[in-house]
Amino acid sequence: MSDSQVISICGTAIPLLLDDIDTDRIIPARFLRCVTFDGLGEHVFEDDRQQDTGHPFNQDRFAGAAVLVAGRNFGCGSSREHAPQALIRWGVRAIVAESYAEIFFGNCTALGVPAVTLERDRLEELTASVEADPSIEITVDLEAGSVGWGEQTATAELPGSARTALISGEWDFLSQLLANREAIRETASTIPYLSGFGGA
Amino acid sequence: MNQPTAFSSGSRNLFDSVWNQHTVGQLPSGQTQLFIGQHLVHEVTSPQAFEMLRDRGLGVMCPERTLATVDHIIPTDDQARPFADGLAEEMMSAIERNCIEFGIELLGLDDPRQGIVHVVGPELGLTQPGITLVCGDSHTSTHGAFGAIALGIGTSQVAQVLATQTLAMNRPQVRRIEVTGSLADGVFAKDVILAIIRQLGVQGGVGFAYEYTGNVFDEMNMEERMTVCNMSIEGGARCGYVNPDAKTVEFLRGLPAVPEGEEFQRAAEWWLSLASGPQATFDDDVTIDGTAIEPTVTWGINPGQSVGVGESIPAVGDYVVEEQAGVAEALEFMGLESGRPICGQAIDVAFIGSCTNSRLSDLREAAAVASGRRVAEGVRALVVPGSQQVAEQAEAEGLDRIFSEAGFQWRAAGCSMCLAMNPDKLQGREMCASSSNRNFKGRQGSPTGRTLLMSPAMVAAAAIQGHVTDVRDLVPVAG
Repeated sequence: MSDSQVISICGTAIPLLLDDIDTDRIIPARFLRCVTFDGLGEHVFEDDRQQDTGHPFNQDRFAGAAVLVAGRNFGCGSSREHAPQALIRWGVRAIVAESYAEIFFGNCTALGVPAVTLERDRLEELTASVEADPSIEITVDLEAGSVGWGEQTATAELPGSARTALISGEWDFLSQLLANREAIRETASTIPYLSGFGGA
Repeated sequence: MNQPTAFSSGSRNLFDSVWNQHTVGQLPSGQTQLFIGQHLVHEVTSPQAFEMLRDRGLGVMCPERTLATVDHIIPTDDQARPFADGLAEEMMSAIERNCIEFGIELLGLDDPRQGIVHVVGPELGLTQPGITLVCGDSHTSTHGAFGAIALGIGTSQVAQVLATQTLAMNRPQVRRIEVTGSLADGVFAKDVILAIIRQLGVQGGVGFAYEYTGNVFDEMNMEERMTVCNMSIEGGARCGYVNPDAKTVEFLRGLPAVPEGEEFQRAAEWWLSLASGPQATFDDDVTIDGTAIEPTVTWGINPGQSVGVGESIPAVGDYVVEEQAGVAEALEFMGLESGRPICGQAIDVAFIGSCTNSRLSDLREAAAVASGRRVAEGVRALVVPGSQQVAEQAEAEGLDRIFSEAGFQWRAAGCSMCLAMNPDKLQGREMCASSSNRNFKGRQGSPTGRTLLMSPAMVAAAAIQGHVTDVRDLVPVAG
């Protein structure tokens, strides 16, 4: 098994079962004034945390969590990769939500973070379990396609391409894309606007 | 010699034609490796991507198909270097260094072509029908107005495109959204897209590319089409596009990056051939009555939470159970009372600008409202043109004077108060009438600041009256 393979993630969870959480809320734009992703972790949900002392990311009992539990359309809005980068730097290694915005989902996969979906009622059960006992261990199992906690197991969905990429460890697409240089050139040679629109 | 490939016949829609044309192959994950015809770069989402290239010892594969500009972090008043904000200055220096090192053209502040990346691409003629275009910015969907597949991407993907001119993508489905009829006076492209998102939801487009079709889009000019496509992402769609037509071709004629003479004729023929034909099939179809669209205003914290200007703030009970918590959160954050008309809602700030609504036609529409009037006392009003070229054209028409005389601040081109990465920000709980694209909590720079999205003309009307106003009630001032 290579270091990059993502087969299962185990750890405690942090519950944030809210809908339409946008990437501006995950990492407010002023923290994007940076040339590296270092240091973003401490500012994750900064504005929400300042306005709500009870915000899960303010609660010591959820410190050290590896699995973020979220609601519908998580990560909508801006394409900023700073959002998953901030979550990763805070400690998140997997996300379990009802659904995701697509660019955010793609960014997570590109960083080796599985973003799986669970049905709403199972998310509510998971949240209740974590609220009752924040030390409960959660397992996000990509091979089995499940999320397990305590005696519970729920079916987790992950699009086939993301699942394949994560399990095989080939989620860093750059080297795969680079490997096809010849095919890239061939494709480019057939594209009309790259060759004078068919002129001589 | 390569013959252009025409796809106009058969069941394929534009999206399928363009996607197939750019497909390099399938990756082991099952994703498509897609060739990218044009890459636009800005200062916020690129520094880490260039660093990734350096780490791996890679160069940029097609620097001639890559163009950089600066928009997000630049001040729109005092642009003297070094910037007062040291972090912004560091980012500015980084993109300057990176573009030199990797051989990419940069439209810096001293370049008259500089502006918001999604205004600049079309202005220069880089955005053309049938191309694939990406940028590390979700509002890249703007460029779909020309019949391009235009995708917002993350920074790791920016690095991938820089290094390989390709992207790993899952193919979305295509939903055709037909808006029939004609828009009423005082109803603009912004109202159309807000109405679409209101109907289909902020998540309704997930998994889809949106094809906008029907008489309303046929009647729109290219700038209006850009406004609609710009906010496709706000409806959850991966991208949005309008089929190329005679207006598209005429817009492009003579632009710097567009071929001339016979090559232009060949290009135009190919562009028009790409449009989805009458037999084209779609994964989903939606029809909306354009004549019923009203000037639209958001009242909540996502762009789907909107009402027609004649309507009242909704109540939690008006929504299905699954949405009620979000509606309650929005009403509380916004401090708005259910049942009260949106008209009359007081504002503190008016912002006309952003990649959604900062083009010449937007400024003309707003100026027509502002002309001969004064911004209400206590309202801070900004007009921020989308590019230096837009600013120049507006000034040539005297729009800057109309705005200044009315009490609006006339600024230099940039993203400004859309996203608060620069000095233009809301303070405290200020309520802002904004022509931008997102009303998210804290979006405009104050964690508790509030945003009401609307068309530029409606923003101008709100600025004049000091509260949300139906722009149709403001009769143009004579003379």
